Amino acid sequence: MTAAVQEALELDKVESHLHPEGSFDVEAHEVPKGREEVWRFTPLKRLKGIHDDAPFADGATKVEVEAAAGVTVETVAADDDVRGLSGLVPTDRVSARAWAASTGATLVRIPTDTVIEGATVIRHHGTGSETAGAGHAVIVAEKFAKATVVLVFEGSAVVADNIEIVVEDGADLTVVSVQDWADDAVHLSTQHAKVGRDANLKHVSVSFGGDVVRHDFSAEYSGPGGSVESLGLYFADAGQHIEHRLFVDHTAPKTKSHVVYKGALQGEKAHAVWIGNVLIRKEAEGIETYEENRNLILTDGAWADSVPNLEIETGEIEGAGHASAIGRFDDEQLFYLRSRGISETEAKRLVVHGFFNDLIRQIGVPELEEKLTSTVEAELAKNINTLIEKDATA
Amino acid sequence: MSTLEIKDLTVSVDTEDGAKEILKGVTLTINSGETHAIMGPNGSGKSTLAYSIAGHPKYTITGGTVTLDGEDVLEMSVDERAKAGLFLAMQYPVEVPGVSVANFLRTAKTALDGEAPKLRTWVKDVNGAMNKMHLDPTFSQRSVNEGFSGGEKKRHEIAQLDILDPAFALLDEIDSGLDIDALKVVSEGINDFRARDGKSVLLITHYTRILRYIKPDHVHVFVAGRIAESGGPDLAEELEANGYEKYVAAGV
Repeated sequence: MTAAVQEALELDKVESHLHPEGSFDVEAHEVPKGREEVWRFTPLKRLKGIHDDAPFADGATKVEVEAAAGVTVETVAADDDVRGLSGLVPTDRVSARAWAASTGATLVRIPTDTVIEGATVIRHHGTGSETAGAGHAVIVAEKFAKATVVLVFEGSAVVADNIEIVVEDGADLTVVSVQDWADDAVHLSTQHAKVGRDANLKHVSVSFGGDVVRHDFSAEYSGPGGSVESLGLYFADAGQHIEHRLFVDHTAPKTKSHVVYKGALQGEKAHAVWIGNVLIRKEAEGIETYEENRNLILTDGAWADSVPNLEIETGEIEGAGHASAIGRFDDEQLFYLRSRGISETEAKRLVVHGFFNDLIRQIGVPELEEKLTSTVEAELAKNINTLIEKDATA
Repeated sequence: MSTLEIKDLTVSVDTEDGAKEILKGVTLTINSGETHAIMGPNGSGKSTLAYSIAGHPKYTITGGTVTLDGEDVLEMSVDERAKAGLFLAMQYPVEVPGVSVANFLRTAKTALDGEAPKLRTWVKDVNGAMNKMHLDPTFSQRSVNEGFSGGEKKRHEIAQLDILDPAFALLDEIDSGLDIDALKVVSEGINDFRARDGKSVLLITHYTRILRYIKPDHVHVFVAGRIAESGGPDLAEELEANGYEKYVAAGV
């Protein structure tokens, strides 16, 4: 067992459904049947068996690395001590299987006291292989380092991976995970962060493509004063299942978490799921947390589930809140825009761009802003015929 | 010359207790170049008149006609009405988060003109309009109506009137919630618009104080869903002195 795991276990045990006991042993995790709380929203039949016993092999994705100057990116062996550095212990079978099946790990290291200009981009291109791939990455921002790391997933593939993020004391790290998969891809990702004393992590998940994309992001704190900003943007099309599960475990005092996920859904059986869990432990005095999820349903036939959970073990906190909304276009907004001569289609487009614009600005990665705005535009274009039909009948 | 003609207009709105008739036969003709003030107590239906002409989906037209130079306005979609020359300044302008004023104005102007405005003159025009309304140049970068004060919202409506330059302006309680300085600024904006060739204004208000700055050609008293009396500017003075009491009593 690594030192990090031991340290994590030293905290008081919390009886919480938000915090299932993890295990590296695959067989300690039963094959999900679909009724389990953590699986009840996920279409298991479409997972190509990776939740059960489908084999993993190398070659599901081709990886290209564009490292910013000063950042080292290398491949380490599966038994390297760096695995587990974030305190990640798999809490479900897919994560445990991916852990066991990984033949190596990508290690991204940002050295102490360095401020890195520009983003380091790690691009995973799905090769269309029938066999699933198991991935592992460890991103370490050493003390007082500052950097941005972008993970991009595209093409066709079935992938289960574990992404570990370690933000050492005083470091400032942005990690963006962009799921821009082809329509048939399946991606289950477990991303876990350990945030040090007075460190900042901005974690961003952007999900556009894929048949089933399920992302679990969790964060814990290894010292007081740490801050996590967790942002998400998604666009679910007809038949797509996009699921984001967040868990912020306030394990230290004076820590902060701010979660904002926004998504748009369009088309028959487009399905988005957002679960936002926050646990405030007894020792986490003086913390501040807020989580928010907003869904904009653009057409009939789309469905969103949004479940915020807050479990509080101490009342000695600065603030804790959440908001969740699932709505359609606001008639008053559309009327206002249209009364200025703007067509219904154009008015809807403006509203959707506006819905995402604030969030895109908050992501704060210039290399991505334009790309995200144009992807939103492209997603809207898919649906433009439906919008125009509505225009004609309005 | 253009004319907005409203004839025997009846309008209802859906409520929990079924359809409720709000406008009970409104007839009014506004020729180009004219300013009409519609005055009336709360709940008389005067705002409903403005929203019905603009095409708000909440209101159902149950009878009558609205034509603009003979064209059937009621057949037009909301944006077609704007393209035909109608503009509605709202009592409670709607927030559109994430859409900047600059982007909104440019999109609207492009839609109305059928082509994008010339960049060089456009920036100057927008800044000029903002300046006239005492709005800071950074105002253009803010999201439409989001976090605006009541006065900023109204001044933003009049800046749009200036820039979009419609033929007919329907101004719904543009004076409500304004302090005296803001009222003067807004009134000047409306008067500048009226000074342009052939512009018409339908000014809907509860109070007479805006009529100290904007002199209407015609004044109509609106009570219980219809026009109770029409007259010249002196009718406003009489209302200022005596209020709506005699009309409300008669209407009931």
